[in-house]
Amino acid sequence: MTVLGIDIGSRTIAIAILNDKGELLAGQVADSGPSPLERAREMAGNLSSFRRVVATGYGRHGARADFATDLITEIKAHALGASHLFPSCRTVLDIGGQDSKVIRLDEQGRVVDFIMNDRCAAGTGKFLEIMAQGLGLPLEEMVAAASASDGGVTLNSMCTVFAESEVVSLLAAGQPVGAVARAVLNSICDRAQNLLLRLGIEPPVVFTGGVAAIPGLPVYFARRMGLPDLLVPTRPQLVGALGAALYGIKVNKATG
Amino acid sequence: MTDYRKLWSDLGMDLEKHDRLTSALPLIYEEVYLQQPDRPQAMEYFDLVVAEIHSLRIAELVEHRRRGGKVCGAFCVFVPVEIIRAAGAVAVGLCGGSQFWVPDGERVLPRNLCPLIKASVGARLSGTCPYFQSCDLLIGETTCDGKKKAWEVLGEYAPVYVMDLPQMKRPRDLAAWRGEIELFLARIEELTGCRVTPERLAEEIRLQNRLRQALERLYHTRKADPVPISGKDALLVTQVSFYDDPRRFIDKTEALAAEAEARIASGQGVFPSGAPRILVTGTPMAIPNWKLHHIIETAGAAVVCEETCTGTRFFEHQVDETGRTLEEQLQALAERYLKINCSCFTPNPGRLEDIFRLVEAYQVDGVIYYNLQFCHGYAVEYYAVEKALKARGIPVIKVETDYSEEDTGQLRTRVEAFLEMLR
Repeated sequence: MTVLGIDIGSRTIAIAILNDKGELLAGQVADSGPSPLERAREMAGNLSSFRRVVATGYGRHGARADFATDLITEIKAHALGASHLFPSCRTVLDIGGQDSKVIRLDEQGRVVDFIMNDRCAAGTGKFLEIMAQGLGLPLEEMVAAASASDGGVTLNSMCTVFAESEVVSLLAAGQPVGAVARAVLNSICDRAQNLLLRLGIEPPVVFTGGVAAIPGLPVYFARRMGLPDLLVPTRPQLVGALGAALYGIKVNKATG
Repeated sequence: MTDYRKLWSDLGMDLEKHDRLTSALPLIYEEVYLQQPDRPQAMEYFDLVVAEIHSLRIAELVEHRRRGGKVCGAFCVFVPVEIIRAAGAVAVGLCGGSQFWVPDGERVLPRNLCPLIKASVGARLSGTCPYFQSCDLLIGETTCDGKKKAWEVLGEYAPVYVMDLPQMKRPRDLAAWRGEIELFLARIEELTGCRVTPERLAEEIRLQNRLRQALERLYHTRKADPVPISGKDALLVTQVSFYDDPRRFIDKTEALAAEAEARIASGQGVFPSGAPRILVTGTPMAIPNWKLHHIIETAGAAVVCEETCTGTRFFEHQVDETGRTLEEQLQALAERYLKINCSCFTPNPGRLEDIFRLVEAYQVDGVIYYNLQFCHGYAVEYYAVEKALKARGIPVIKVETDYSEEDTGQLRTRVEAFLEMLR
């Protein structure tokens, strides 16, 4: 019997299906849309084919009330997922649609400490999306434009709404798009680094979540943070769902 | 049957706005309190107090004033209520725990201020808190800069008297605090027109000691595993202690403690044995601020103690009852109240000692440091508390929030992830 892990985030839903041995049979990511629970059920398909359905992410309580058998927080899910992919992992940096977090693991991969951003969207995927709109660039091109620029521009606003006005003003004042894009990336990178420093960076660091999936961005971050060995999974958006599914397998083993 | 609408309108309240406030409370109370399984029977009284929070007790205050008595409202555990009562006045704690009052507070106060201060001032400005409306004098204190300045604003709307609390605990500070208590006594005597005699003060000192001991006895039962009473219920009892008639409150709290003791004897608990045990430390939670306790306890952990002003800080340490003269009694009062380890003191090592002692006594698995947004004293003191707890291997997280519900999802994630760490 297979196990389904489902990560219902503010921006995307990810599912991971594992067999008893913990091998990934299927993984999928889609927009949450206006009714995330409905979308989640669609993505899951035939629920009775799974021995366990473990929900995580912002919508985990709704999913537990509706169709999931278990729930864990995204902190635990990312810890389990990251240390499964990279057993030596000691620190997880996860930047999602609405939250950014840093998780410290012990040698057995257990969570020993964690820290989350405060309530606002500063330093999250949502922040990047809105800045990309202001820049008139697709997210994918933002990193290329930023990398090609020499910089010279800084973004002062932490607040997403104010930062958007600042981006618009900088462009209106004649700053090149690449330089402003670089300022945006530096801003979110510095914020992530701040979280990392508050908890203490113990390498190796694994970078997960939707923001890590933007092409070129992890390399940009690694360079700016001076963390050359920043590890990035092939599909960073799947790590939470994978961790949830791994938890399901653990519970199965424990309950026989 | 008392006509409360008339009573409220006689107090100068905004009835329409007040209706909006009181229509929300029963729904919240049902969800947060009444749906808890296996509550002690004796909680019925406290349910009644909350259901009638703006009526029964208010009618008593109105009656007291009709007979010429005075009512004093206080915001803080440093105000020596023994003196207020010894002069024949009634002491009540004041409102300040709901988002409902924050917008009215923000009309006159900066947005970047703690929600407790904004809500308190807003409750007075909006005319929707019958306790504020019943007060002949509001007693402020200088426990933080926000409050210190807010009294000046509040003073435009109601009579305010401010006690100057020292911020260190040297002998000269104790002497200064004792002087403040003397001035306070004179001000209260002036308000009521009654002299405080050593006999009356001794009586009130004994009464308030009994009230604190009743709370201590109740808290002591929370050291058991399984815990016989939920953290939410215990918090409610402490919150009610600020409003209620002291004698009635002592009786009801002792009955509740006795029931909790009987539950311990029969091994009955409100959480399964072995459920994670949480100490909440930090800023006060005024009625109806039950947000954090509700999140923790619906996630399956038990709050077993509060090192807060609506917890142990309120009732620990008794006033020495041996004083025979006013001189001796005022000294005893000054000494007891200055033992409170509020973050307004510098340095404040006593708070760390309190936390370690409580972690041990209540067999705590993890500490949640609660901070009302913009409360700088407690926010900064987290640095020392976190360092000291982590050095001893005691898990701790800080949760900073206000009275709004917009961050409930994030708080839930933080609290649940913390509990996952403990299991």
